[in-house]
Amino acid sequence: MKSLLFLALLGSAFPALADRLPMPANAPASFTTECSSCHIAYQPALLKAADWRKLMAGLSDHFGSDATVDQKTGQEIGAFLERHAGNASRLGNAGNPPRITQTSRFIRKHDEIPAKYWRDPRVKSAANCEACHPDAARGSYSEHDISIRELRE
Amino acid sequence: MKAIPAVALLLASLASHAETPQQIRQMYVAEATSQQAGFTPAAKRGDAFFRQRFAINDKMPACTSCHTDNPLNAGEHAVTGKTIKPLAVAANPNRLSDPAKVEKWFGRNCKEVVGRACTPAEKADFVTFLSEVR
Ligand code: HEC
Ligand code: HEC
Ligand code: HEC
Repeated sequence: MKSLLFLALLGSAFPALADRLPMPANAPASFTTECSSCHIAYQPALLKAADWRKLMAGLSDHFGSDATVDQKTGQEIGAFLERHAGNASRLGNAGNPPRITQTSRFIRKHDEIPAKYWRDPRVKSAANCEACHPDAARGSYSEHDISIRELRE
Repeated sequence: MKAIPAVALLLASLASHAETPQQIRQMYVAEATSQQAGFTPAAKRGDAFFRQRFAINDKMPACTSCHTDNPLNAGEHAVTGKTIKPLAVAANPNRLSDPAKVEKWFGRNCKEVVGRACTPAEKADFVTFLSEVR
């Protein structure tokens, strides 16, 4: 019970701080195994529940890749993502198929970055959070920890 | 409390699946032999397969598009830019230790790069190459 309470506290304390998006401590092992090989395991707060549901329903053609998982694993990962999903009104529309990088929140947070950086060979794709946020996998998106020198203020 | 036995079970089942590169090679060799009598795996053919440009997918014409042309080096995902640890067992002892994982990635990568499933013979050659390359 104590740990539940702690988790509840964590969950309610952190979303207020925009640069810290820790992975919920109860992330199932399957989430890391299945969702962190091709890109970082994106924190569930980065999309709203309905968008995670849409994304999980289309894993066989996942942005041109095959990311299928068996049914039981899919349910486990889906339930976890939806339970810890982000605030729908703050994130805004994510498009279809849903992309974190198309949410209004992402666009707003990155609107000062010149367009050429999204195509920079060091970055390759806006979805490559780690190219600029070296600790993205651990949920750190602080503007003080940006690895591309020209983008530091 | 329910979570603990589930985790223990999961760990136990994972542990029982841990295999060596030799066992995984043997598995593919047995499958290849049943289709082609007298088959023997060759690292050299695996090496050539690794470098072959299938060019059916312009973002990833070859295995080397993500794994670089040296399997001892870390690679980089051709679309997402994410770092991929080396494929060669000599550089990364976690490789070829989980048959389900190996089979899953052959499934994905062969479909995307080669445009079809890889044959047991191709897989046997490829894992032989990854086990032996230094
Ligand atoms: C086989 C490789 C692969 C696996 C496995 C995989 N993905 Fe992806 N994912 C991709 C690719 C490729 C993209 C597109 C990235 C780009 O456009 O730069 C992507 C994009 C995404 C995006 C959108 C990123 C953006 O542009 O905002 C999300 C969210 C996502 N994946 C979640 C997941 C989840 C959840 C899992 C596990 C169920 C998963 N992925 C497993 C390859 C994969
Ligand atoms: C091209 C480099 C680049 C990439 C790629 C990138 N970011 Fe950022 N991001 C930045 C910069 C620079 C800032 C600081 C912007 C500012 O404060 O003006 C930032 C800010 C943020 C913030 C706000 C932090 C705060 O203090 O409020 C979040 C959250 C964030 N990024 C998440 C992500 C996620 C998630 C991804 C991947 C899906 C990503 N970023 C990809 C460069 C990048
Ligand atoms: C689009 C990028 C990409 C391409 C192209 C690619 N792979 Fe991979 N491959 C990956 C990723 C990502 C992983 C899993 C990442 C990890 O385990 O570090 C992987 C893992 C593997 C594994 C699993 C090894 C193990 O035991 O962990 C094998 C085998 C493999 N790839 C073979 C191939 C072959 C053969 C080709 C060419 C037909 C190929 N790959 C092309 C991205 C790619």
